[in-house]
Amino acid sequence: MSTLRSGRQLVAAVRALLLATVVLGLVYPLLVTGFAQLVAPGRADGSLVSRDGEVVGSSLVGQAFVDAAGDPLPQYFQSRPSASDYDGAASGGSNLGPNSPELVDLVTTRRAEVASFNGVAPSEVPADAVTASASGLDPGISPAYAAIQVARVAADRGVPAAEVAALVATATHGRDLGVIGGPYVNVLELNLALDREFGAEG
Amino acid sequence: MSAAAAGWLQVGLLVLALALVHRPLGDWMARVFRTPATVSDTSPRARSWRRDGGHWRVERLVYRAVGVDADGEQRWPTYLRSVLAFSLVSVLFLYLLQRVQQWLPLDDGMPAVGQGSAWNTAVSFVTNTNWQGYAGESTMGHLVQMAGLAVQNFLSAAVGLAVAIALVRGFARTRTDRLGNAWVDITRAVTRILLPLSVLAAVVLVLGGVVQNLSAGTDATTLSGATQFLPGGPVASQEAIKELGTNGGGFFNANSAHPFEGPSAWISLFEVFLLLVIPFSLPRTFGRLVGDKRQGFAILGVMVSLAAVSLALTSWAQARAGGAALQLAGAATEGQEVRFGGPLSALFGTATTLTSTGAVNAQHDSFTPSGGLLTMANMMLGEVAPGGVGSGLYGMLVLAVIAVFVAGLMVGRTPEYLGKKLGRREMTLASLYVLTTPAIVLVGTAVAMSVDAGRSSMLNSGPHGLSEVLYAFTSAGNNNGSAFAGLSANTPFYDVALGLAMAFGRFVPIVLVVALAGRLAAQGRTPVTAGTLPTHRPLFVGLLTAVVLVVVGLTYFPVLSLGPLAEGLS
Repeated sequence: MSTLRSGRQLVAAVRALLLATVVLGLVYPLLVTGFAQLVAPGRADGSLVSRDGEVVGSSLVGQAFVDAAGDPLPQYFQSRPSASDYDGAASGGSNLGPNSPELVDLVTTRRAEVASFNGVAPSEVPADAVTASASGLDPGISPAYAAIQVARVAADRGVPAAEVAALVATATHGRDLGVIGGPYVNVLELNLALDREFGAEG
Repeated sequence: MSAAAAGWLQVGLLVLALALVHRPLGDWMARVFRTPATVSDTSPRARSWRRDGGHWRVERLVYRAVGVDADGEQRWPTYLRSVLAFSLVSVLFLYLLQRVQQWLPLDDGMPAVGQGSAWNTAVSFVTNTNWQGYAGESTMGHLVQMAGLAVQNFLSAAVGLAVAIALVRGFARTRTDRLGNAWVDITRAVTRILLPLSVLAAVVLVLGGVVQNLSAGTDATTLSGATQFLPGGPVASQEAIKELGTNGGGFFNANSAHPFEGPSAWISLFEVFLLLVIPFSLPRTFGRLVGDKRQGFAILGVMVSLAAVSLALTSWAQARAGGAALQLAGAATEGQEVRFGGPLSALFGTATTLTSTGAVNAQHDSFTPSGGLLTMANMMLGEVAPGGVGSGLYGMLVLAVIAVFVAGLMVGRTPEYLGKKLGRREMTLASLYVLTTPAIVLVGTAVAMSVDAGRSSMLNSGPHGLSEVLYAFTSAGNNNGSAFAGLSANTPFYDVALGLAMAFGRFVPIVLVVALAGRLAAQGRTPVTAGTLPTHRPLFVGLLTAVVLVVVGLTYFPVLSLGPLAEGLS
């Protein structure tokens, strides 16, 4: 008796699941996709940024501004460290704990590198410059990290620091509605503006 | 403006939005789950509603297709069988879908998911846990994401809602062996609550920059000449129900920290709102359905107090760079996104672990020692402040039963809650409920620490390594799904062990809750006398809060002192 009733419930369950799969698993996402492609195709496709007809990245996704050997390019503002080297197919953080000896070493090394690369005192290097982000694709750096890079970029490109600082100001985003989140500088946006203003070869 | 001031103002915005929405949404959910048996007025509209059962036309089509009698109510064993059968079939289907994805369209060249991982993921999504041993962008094709994982995001939340409503009916009804119809409750949860809200939320997410397409992705040539892969997919539609259903399984490995899931700070705050809105509205639904809104306020009061304290502590802890590495860096920015900042990361972390969501916009493994401890403690509270969709309410109501019993012991009276006597059998069911999850978490952690297969997956050593394992079992047993993600959990041992923890952590409590509902509904109602403990007063709110904290404190203190406490003190 009980087995029979359970059997009936199982049949109902199979039918309900198939129906849900069609409605919730196909119709719903496809309708949302249709809406998105109609109303906001640029955003729905990842806010891609093109230069001379070629996709150079997404305004939402950070990238590494390094040469083939992995050394930072002095003509560009540098992004934060990334646990995945800005690989879009492998997002994620380092997951190193707050007391991790490995993280202690990483922070120490990065602080020295960032300080000497930008010619500033190690104490001036902000926290986000020596720690990896949650996604490994952080598009932003803190205004403080941008500030210590201005002189180096200006010197490498042979342009006045004030003009570079003006571009940094343009690429700086305040908190949403004045209170949500944190202020940040969009690095890709900034480096594209540099290339536009002063030429791509630096 | 200082970061802390802005941080608290954004919390204010969130609280304001929740305060505005919880009443209409709670009232609406109460209407959704009304049944003809509970409507007594004699207006023509009510009479006709009683005659047709209040079903929508499209729902009638669903019931016909599924082959159930929507007007027949079920006894508790049948209600339970419906819920369990649905979940069992869901696990099998989701397992199968992952195992054959290479032959399906939109697979993006992904091979079949391995046996262990497919089992773990199937259980994980059906139990509303959304623990992820895999990385989304390199494991699951778009079809499995849409037609498999996202479907369970809807259905697991609907099942949670149905079970909570069944328990509420147990309190609301008298002298009946009927609890309602599980198929009707699950269907209505989808058609009238989850689906309409998801569509609205998905629209907002799309406008805010969350990706929504069927593309396999784009290769960009970066400014420095390298190639960067930019993934595509139906992300916004899944993100909406992932938060709204307190599921938490990210489309991408980095979850809501990924720029395509959380493009901006306001979207991230909106996601926090989505994952809190149904759980915080359900006490209102409860108050309505038991015919005394004050009872709902009392439950809401407990949830809000616990959540407020937890948020304050976590924000405080995260604003200080605890731990040798973070102190050296100068701030707790490891595993955090600059656009979100510290306060929003702490807020998201608190909200996701207080509900059963488990989505993250920052990596909890890299939180400060006290911040990490608090996220774990949130889950150990049993996820009742406010908890997952449905599961939060039924968890809190079971704890309310315990609190009333404790009060009854103090004054030597037979305990009653909402006019229902809590006798030996009711208390046995409630006690087993409270013991289930700690047993799973502690036994699971102990087994993992005693075998090589368990220990070898830890990324960090020492107390933080224990924390990783403890966090994993706490997350699985409580159906949360967030992780101290340093643990390499995609191994045969953890796939199986955590899969079992999730399954038992979900279904044993459901069995106990539905059985309890059946017993309560069968009772008459004891009239209120001068000696009845009022359960809508601040005294009861305080008592219930204390019970929640004491039960957790006594259960988990020893293991917490070996893990995060030891780390924080070292």
